[in-house]
Amino acid sequence: MSRQLSGLKAWVLQRISGIYLGLFTLYVSFHLLMNTPSGYEQWSGWISSLPVTLAFMLAIGLTLLHAWIGIRDVLIDYIPLAGVRLVVMTLVGLVLSGCGLWALLILV
Amino acid sequence: MISQNNRPVFINLFQIKLPVAGVMSIAHRAAGVFMFISIPFWLYVLQLSLQSAESFARAAEIVQSNWLMPVYVLLLWSLFHHLLAGVRYLLLDIDIGVEKPLFRQTALAVLVAAPVVVILILAVAL
Repeated sequence: MSRQLSGLKAWVLQRISGIYLGLFTLYVSFHLLMNTPSGYEQWSGWISSLPVTLAFMLAIGLTLLHAWIGIRDVLIDYIPLAGVRLVVMTLVGLVLSGCGLWALLILV
Repeated sequence: MISQNNRPVFINLFQIKLPVAGVMSIAHRAAGVFMFISIPFWLYVLQLSLQSAESFARAAEIVQSNWLMPVYVLLLWSLFHHLLAGVRYLLLDIDIGVEKPLFRQTALAVLVAAPVVVILILAVAL
């Protein structure tokens, strides 16, 4: 994963995902301010409508991708030992992949 | 063969005196790391909120709990700082604000604006 997601490709993906996440954050914030859900029914009803479910799935997927690229850059800068870095990066990758599967189970 | 890179690397943040854009940049990183660490917590809250009316009440309780307030304030700051700094980077990409006075002023603006927004939100919400 790290080999494919590097250089220009990572740079572009980080910006595309960042733009989507910024817009998504604004949309969800304004929705919750204007139509604050009164309880479980309204909240789960909103999330389970198809466009909102898809917007959340895309947002969570892009969050995990954005986090991977960002954390990878931090680890490359701050862990000089290649072996240790590989172990930590593998752990981060496993945690993020697990979060992606978990999010799918929550939203589907 | 790749030759051994012998250039000195010195990234101890406690000993480097960073310019204002550097402080903003490292805060952008730190904010990203804080939000990364919080991902499983928010997934757990999302799961609780969608399972049943009872678990929704539990999720609402967690989101409103007082002892987690410092964490929520830190994450709120992280979100706004990361978002504003991110917008600044996107503008730099299209050559806006690259020159020196503006480059520093926008960095300072991001550093100041994020805590101000957090304080405003807290003032309205509490």
